[in-house]
Amino acid sequence: MSAVAVEGVWKYYGDYPALRDVRVEAAPGTCLALIGRNGAGKTTLLRIIAGFSTAQRGKIKIWGKEPREAETRRQLGFLGHGISVYDELSALENLTLFGKLYGLPDPRKSAHEWLERTGLERVRNGLVREFSRGMRQRLAVARAFLHDPSVLLLDEPFTALDDRAIAVLQRLLREALAAGKTIVMSTHQLREALELASHVALLSRGQLAFHGARTPEMVDDPGYVYARYGEGG
Amino acid sequence: MRYVRQIGVIMVKDLRAELRTKEALNASLAFALMILLLFSYTFDPTQEMMREISGGLLWIVFAFAGTLTLNRSFARELPNDCLDALIAAPIPASALFLGKCFASFVLVLAVELVSLPVFGIFYNVHWTAQLPELILVLLLGTWALTVIGTIFSALTVNIKLREVMLPMLTYPVLMPALMSAMRITTVLVNGAPIGADELDWLKMLIGFDVIFTAVSLALIETVLVG
Repeated sequence: MSAVAVEGVWKYYGDYPALRDVRVEAAPGTCLALIGRNGAGKTTLLRIIAGFSTAQRGKIKIWGKEPREAETRRQLGFLGHGISVYDELSALENLTLFGKLYGLPDPRKSAHEWLERTGLERVRNGLVREFSRGMRQRLAVARAFLHDPSVLLLDEPFTALDDRAIAVLQRLLREALAAGKTIVMSTHQLREALELASHVALLSRGQLAFHGARTPEMVDDPGYVYARYGEGG
Repeated sequence: MRYVRQIGVIMVKDLRAELRTKEALNASLAFALMILLLFSYTFDPTQEMMREISGGLLWIVFAFAGTLTLNRSFARELPNDCLDALIAAPIPASALFLGKCFASFVLVLAVELVSLPVFGIFYNVHWTAQLPELILVLLLGTWALTVIGTIFSALTVNIKLREVMLPMLTYPVLMPALMSAMRITTVLVNGAPIGADELDWLKMLIGFDVIFTAVSLALIETVLVG
């Protein structure tokens, strides 16, 4: 069974088809890099997979189930453009809140563990609005990983991260892959993404232009996929 | 039990966030007190006039001030895309909705409870004459305002003009509940006995609360996810 299966998904914004019959899948323990130019439909697809939006046609299956089922949502970790943590709460309060929402047995203990892992334990009681950008990003990473999801959906995860946050995220993603978790990430940062990815899907104007295993040529030349299958280099 | 806990988590989160910034609370309270003060000085209402308009005045103030609080209910989730994280969490959308409703309910009720003594002093009205009954109407009317305001707050959260849209959508739907609350409140603050008419208005207010709570709970998943 695929960890993530996208079966003939169509999505319209008004009359404009943002996604046209997209079919991709990610096997358990693999990392799928979703690439494409701006407006190709990467974020739209990730949001549909995450259950934030619905497709007009087609189906999404996470471990064979609908994305909006509570059990499926417990399996998903999402890191989007926003950090999705509250400025008015402290780092510890934020993680404890999400720990409670995900029904973790000891939300506070899990929150402390992830603050430690992301280097934020020292500032656990500081309000997020007082945090630097890098600290906020690391807290966002901790929030996405907190409930130990088996499928990670990452929308431009390396964009606007500082060096430390990139290092933290790359380490966590490698650990996640080693632990058999599945990753689907949309990205423009091809070099970072292709180092991690086992598979690549190229979207072009809402359509799937390529879907297959990552090859050594792609790692050597990140523009190769675009040049070979897409819209030029 | 887990469902109740989830509602509690959302409610406590919203209240904690609001009490740290006091954005909605301060605006709402200042607005309510300002209207009560201005009305009192501008029109200098007589005792007879107050007997007629007390319920209407109070509920107009509560409804307008309440909208300022309700506007923030889902708008609070916009910075940092926090709404995505809540939608992604494995809790029913109805628990998220009720958590937000209860948080807004507490805040709106707090503004009302501060406004009432001010109303009593400036308009020389003995509003405590039938306090338990008045509290019941306050609870029912405020719940109606909160439920309608919260569902429309969710509906308009991604609209740029949501501050304008929310009252435009909320007040017409809220009209039956507001009318009921106004009519009963007028009788209660004047110390008059409750008659059959008022009981009918009360039944309508209860019916409104039950129906619109059920409809909102049924619709919230569609409103949030589409």
